[in-house]
Parts: sequence; structure tokens; C-alpha cells
Amino acid sequence: MSDTLADNKTASPGPNAAPSDGLAVLESRRSAAETYGIPLAVLLEVTHRCPLQCPYCSNPVELDRGSTELSTEEWKKVLSELAELGVLQIHFSGGEPTARKDIVELVQHASDVGLYSNLITSAVLLTKDKLSALADAGLSHVQISFQGNEPNVADRVAGLKDAHKKKLEVAKWTRELDMPLTVNAVMHRQNLHQLSDIIQMALDLDADRLEVANVQYYGWALKNRAALMPTIEQIEETSRIVEEAQARLKGTLAIDYVVPDYYALRPKKCMGGWGRQFFNISPAGKVLPCHAAESITGLEFESVRSNHSIAWIWQNSEAFNRYRGTGWMPEPCKSCEFREVDYGGCRCQAFALTGDAGNADPACALSPRHEEIFKQAERESAGTQNRFLYRNFAGGTLESNDHQDKLQDNPNGA
Amino acid sequence: MASRNISVSETSRPKLPRHTKLKFDETRQVWVILAPERVLAPDEIAVEVLQLCDGVRSVAAMVDQLAEKYAAPREAIATDVVAMLQDLADKGFLTEARESTA
Repeated sequence: MSDTLADNKTASPGPNAAPSDGLAVLESRRSAAETYGIPLAVLLEVTHRCPLQCPYCSNPVELDRGSTELSTEEWKKVLSELAELGVLQIHFSGGEPTARKDIVELVQHASDVGLYSNLITSAVLLTKDKLSALADAGLSHVQISFQGNEPNVADRVAGLKDAHKKKLEVAKWTRELDMPLTVNAVMHRQNLHQLSDIIQMALDLDADRLEVANVQYYGWALKNRAALMPTIEQIEETSRIVEEAQARLKGTLAIDYVVPDYYALRPKKCMGGWGRQFFNISPAGKVLPCHAAESITGLEFESVRSNHSIAWIWQNSEAFNRYRGTGWMPEPCKSCEFREVDYGGCRCQAFALTGDAGNADPACALSPRHEEIFKQAERESAGTQNRFLYRNFAGGTLESNDHQDKLQDNPNGA
Repeated sequence: MASRNISVSETSRPKLPRHTKLKFDETRQVWVILAPERVLAPDEIAVEVLQLCDGVRSVAAMVDQLAEKYAAPREAIATDVVAMLQDLADKGFLTEARESTA
């Protein structure tokens, strides 16, 4: 999962990007005071169905069933409407977007209306013919998630036998078809020791970009925090490895790094601020300020199936306006000098950890809950609880003790 | 496959790679470069140069054309254009047309 164009990454070209090429990042041109311009990129979660069972799944705990998903015609209408509004890029995500039989048709429609399209995929359902058809339909970029650099760890985390092998194969086809490749690596205590090898794997796969993203702990991932939380030593080592590789591989492999906010003193500017530069659309058509937003109970999200236009929902709906700007903030955010730097951090995390999405994100050292939560995470990171609660439509499956021998094809997936 | 780490000189014949698209954004009334996870706004001069990058025209030919159009010293234009194209190439927004090896 990519926090596209959000700025909790260290390698994104920001206002400080080298000016010699006469390029400016469009985001940075926009005044904070302007009414909320339509985002440049929109994430479409076309399905929640997925053959993987990752314990840190970023989809909401309540998954949209296949029967509630928007139809092909509904998605096409959404794509046309987004292009008309001035959206430039579309990320096809999920769940596993290629679990939709109409994915080629949707990518083709995106191309037809002038949108630049990106596929964020687990890769395990792709055939060479399907990938080739996607390329012909105008797909411009492929992002493949990896759970490790070798099958033992990777297949175990994904909860799917032979997943890693398949991913390597699809990555190779992607480059053969001359599409740029991003390797997405989600990192946690049980695979951080492979980071250097994952960087080498991305190089060997001739990837253009590598996203090293530490697990964000809300939704399903929060259920697995004790099994996933890295130690502070691991995080320090990770930062060192990433910084060294960024310098060494400049011009060859771009590395974006999403830092783990549990060990930070300041919260991340989640989504670039609630309702400021990002929205996504859920499988059932809800327009959301963030892909985890449905985890916040008590907020009503408007749907593309309603009588409202997407532009109206973005500008006027209650859910987008609830935490926009700074007016909603209680202390310690209200009087904080950083309130327009991080916009109070992550609403979903505040809700998950304090029960109120309007509180300061406990990742912030100024939150009254910070100390307690940090200490708990630190205790968990030192623990020996390594069993995963896998994510699936069956409501979750606890990993067996002899997981390495018992790993089977997921019976509950797509 | 598109080559990376190209070195731009006057003999280069650069072009935009398949996944990089230069387009006029009607909504914002600016030219944009669309690339993986990036939307960039090139300035007027960059747009003019990028439109000349068709994989056929050499950098030398582009410089000649621009020097004539702006009645500017060829040497100064060449330095600026090569530097700008090199920077774009380093960022992955330009590739080079290859000689046919067949």
C-alpha cells in the first residue's frame, strides 16, 4: 500500500528538490489557504478480495464483500468523473486489484480518459498474458508487494505457499514489458533482518523504486502488533541501512522510506493532512479521506452511488470536513506550533489507540498517552509472541505452532 | 528495456520513456510530467525542450534550433540544455534512443 504523494517519506522530491531542471513539484505550489483543490492522484480500492493473508493488512477490519463492489460500469463512470475533475493519476489497488475480472477493461478506460495508471498488486494472480494485456491497455507503472527476500519468511508472512516465487516471476515480466517497477516492502520485526537483501533483490529485479514501509499499526495490523513491532535497535539499524543505500544507489534505485511512528517524537503528517490532498474510493464506492478511515466508527462516508458528485463529496461532506484544517483540534494540538506541520498526526491511529479520532495522535510526544503506548510497544517488541493472526474473509486464522510445515493455499481468499 | 544512467551529450537523441507522459493539464492550465508516483510541473523552457525530445533529433540539432529561435549564443544554450536534460535523465524522466543492433 502506498501513501501516494503523502509526505511521510524521506525521499520524495519536496520544495527542496534540485531546481536545475526547471521542474517544480506541483504539490508544493499550492497555497495552504486555497480551498481544497482536487488531488493529483486517487487510490481506487477496486476490491477487498485477496489471496494473501498478511497479518498487517491495511484494509479495514470490516471488509467489503464481493457482492457489494462497484460494477464495471460504475467504476468506469468514476474514472471518467475523476479525469474531468482534474485528477491525473489513478492507483488501482485493493485487496488484490487483479482479482477483478474486468481489471484490463478498467485500465483501458483510465487510458481512454487520459489518466496515468498504476497497479498496486500482490502479483500472485497475474499471468504473463494478463500483464501483457494490461500493458497494452496503457498501464504505466507496476508496484509489487514483497514480504521478504526469500520464500521461507515471505510465504509465511503472506500466508500463501509459493507466493514469493510467483512475485519474482511477475517482476521479471514487468521489466520485459518495459514497464517501470516499484518493489513495495512492508517491514516489521520478523523480516527487518532481510532489509539489505531486499534492497539487493530490488536491484537484481531491475526495479526503479523501492518503498520500504514500516507497518502502520491500525486496523488488522493492530491485532498483530505484538508479533510485528520492531525493537528500537532494529529501527536504528534500518535507518542506517536505508540512508546508506539511498546514497549508494542514487540514480539507479530510488528508495522511499516510511518511518515507523511509534518510535518517533513527532507524528507523521498522515495523508498530508485529513482531506487536504488525498482521497480513495472503497470497493463499495465510499469516498474516504484515507484507506483506513472506515475504522473510525461514528463517521458517515458518502458513496459515489449517492446523488452527490465526487467533487461535492470532497469539498462538502461531513466526513472530510470533520478533521480538516486546525479548527477541530483540542489541546495539545490547538496551541501547538507544529499544528500545521503534522495536522495532529493520524486520525485512525488516534481512534484506534485512544477511542477518539479527535485526540492528538499518541505517536506525538505531546500526547498524554504517548509514554504509556510507547512503553507497551517496547515491551511487545522484546516479547516472544511471534504467531500471526492471518487476515482473511473467514474473520482471521491464528497461525499454527508448526506454521512452516502447515502452510497451505488460502482457502478463504479470492 | 529503457536504459538508466544515460550520459547526455550533443550527440544524444533523448526521448521520454514509455512510462513518462508530458501533457497539458486543462484543469490547472499547466504542463505536467506524469511519472510513477510523481506529478511535476516543468517550466516553459523545459516544456519546449522536452517537446523536441523525440528520440530522432539529436541534442545538437535541438540546440541549433533554440539558438536560432532565441537569437542566443549557441554555446550558452548548449550548456543549459545538456545540464537540464542530464538532470531529467538522472531522475528517470528521459531515456535514449538506441542504435539498432540488429
